[in-house]
Amino acid sequence: MSIRISQIEKTYGYKGHGSKGHGRTRALEPIDLDIHDGELIGLLGPSGSGKTTLLRIVAGLEQADSGSIHFGDRDVTRVHVRDRRIGFVFQHYALFRHMSVFDNVAFGLTAMPRATRPSSGEIRSRVMQLLEMVRLQDFAERFPAQLSGGQQQRVSLARALALKPDVLLLDEPFGALDAKVRQELRRWLRHLHEELHFTSLFVTHDQEEALELSDRVVVMSNGRIEQIATPDTLYRQPANRFVFEFLGDVNRIEGDIEKEVLTCGNARVAVPGIENGRQELLLRPHEVRLDEQPSTRAHLPVSVTAVVPVGAEVRLELEADWLGEPWLATISHADFERLAITRGKRLFAQPSRLHRFDTSRPQTLAPLSAS
Amino acid sequence: MIAHALTWRRERRVLPGFGLSLGISLTFVSLILLLPLTSLVGQLSQLSWSQYWFLITDPRLLASYGVTLFGAAVAAIFNAAFGLLMAWVLVRYEFPGKRLVDALMDLPFALPTAVAGITLATLYSSNGWIGRLLEPLGISISYTWIGIALAMAFTSIPFVVRTVQPVLEDLPAEVDEAAMTLGASDSLAFRRVILPYLWPALVTGTGLAFVRSLGEFGAVIFIAGGKPYETEITSLMIFVKLQEYDYAGASAVASIVLATSLALLLAINLWQGRFIKRLHGGRG
Repeated sequence: MSIRISQIEKTYGYKGHGSKGHGRTRALEPIDLDIHDGELIGLLGPSGSGKTTLLRIVAGLEQADSGSIHFGDRDVTRVHVRDRRIGFVFQHYALFRHMSVFDNVAFGLTAMPRATRPSSGEIRSRVMQLLEMVRLQDFAERFPAQLSGGQQQRVSLARALALKPDVLLLDEPFGALDAKVRQELRRWLRHLHEELHFTSLFVTHDQEEALELSDRVVVMSNGRIEQIATPDTLYRQPANRFVFEFLGDVNRIEGDIEKEVLTCGNARVAVPGIENGRQELLLRPHEVRLDEQPSTRAHLPVSVTAVVPVGAEVRLELEADWLGEPWLATISHADFERLAITRGKRLFAQPSRLHRFDTSRPQTLAPLSAS
Repeated sequence: MIAHALTWRRERRVLPGFGLSLGISLTFVSLILLLPLTSLVGQLSQLSWSQYWFLITDPRLLASYGVTLFGAAVAAIFNAAFGLLMAWVLVRYEFPGKRLVDALMDLPFALPTAVAGITLATLYSSNGWIGRLLEPLGISISYTWIGIALAMAFTSIPFVVRTVQPVLEDLPAEVDEAAMTLGASDSLAFRRVILPYLWPALVTGTGLAFVRSLGEFGAVIFIAGGKPYETEITSLMIFVKLQEYDYAGASAVASIVLATSLALLLAINLWQGRFIKRLHGGRG
């Protein structure tokens, strides 16, 4: 079922306190968001960006000050949470600890009014089917405290899906789990979604999680939507500096530009197609190349201060007196061996791309290619 | 053997002061708790079994057991409901004067029970503020079981509030939110999710309130009046026997009160232990 959020607005604090900002905080600016049927949407943002508030408003656990929410054609703005037909998964599972796993999953079915409630046999087969789906059929009689975090979250998911909800909402579902289990559950949720095609909205502050799971990602900050895009677009064409900085590690270089050359202390780099004046340019760690010699277009002396040779790439930390804060660079193991990099080694950085966000549209510049 | 004892001695605890603190504690427990209990047993030893049996099955005393148990049971049930409500209000809502109400909850502990007794007796006597209003309705509280239960409830309510309150504070809001997202009505969520969560604390608090009510003296005697066979409580019987210099008889009655209280406390502890073990993983 599709979800249409229009002009949802929320302010916290005491009502009736006249002036804005006095004991009141704006949690959500008016928000518009359309989610298609069967889409898996990630709400991504730092803490305090309003993503959880938005999710809870969609669930009906909180009320918006104004605006409306539609599930399909049904206006649910004033519908109580228990009648919205949503499934909700909490960060800390919120399982009923005095009930067995079976009773937890069966709760929604047994809570139905007698007239519409399925028979106990039907409930039994439905719950066992759900437990099989989350691969916990052998744990039906256990209590939540006897399960690991990942297993508890799977129970919580089965419980949320038991009533075949129109919409599945997840609040930082993997936030309380350790890295390996998180990876596994992510992949598993992705499969489950491909199989069942429920419309789903989940909140996360983890960029990787959002990019890996979502069909589209909604990036939020300070109660506003910064960008709505597919993971690929989001990463390659960030709408603004906030999105660019939030989606990964960022290196900065600031200096004066004259005749398409940026100078900063003893460092300089050619930046084709840029006007004169003071500028701050950004680049990702993988957009830094390293060489033993400066080139005609870039003279950026750096020294290596840390080496992390773990994973598919080698991560380096670079320092120089022309840099405010150290740069991060990721290079291939082949380059790492060719340059024989050790801590303290002096090298020259070659930025393959530079980004600027002070103009109305973000611009990407290529310093190494001749213009 | 000796070698074993030596190695045991050489094992040093990291936390200092174990011997000293445990020693002082045990001495204190002996002086304050065990010594009086021993003297009680000493008094009892003057009686033969048949004398003892005769003393504790005196019809007037049997009637007092009934009055005490009934009063304490009514008080405990009342406190279970009212104490749960108080704890709920204090934890779940914000309102002006909340801290004051919270502090007032401890008043029955702080107040001398005799003061409570006199206050209740004057309030509910047939010409007291409340008694005067109830008299025309045909309800008398003073000198009836209602008065006894009322006084018992007054002195033991903090047990329920103070045991339920912290557990309720620990109950994450997410748990009842989860119940609601699953379509549960408010009453169903309370019955099937919140109440079971509070159950151990509620039973413990109510049990403690009951045990405390069994032995209550000061608050009850004024309002109870002490009519033999009707409103005489067991602790009053001890007092009466002491006034008659019947120390052995008083001890016999006291031993009954003591045994009942200890047995109940033990039962509560065992039950609670089992319940908590289940919640934390074991099955029984």
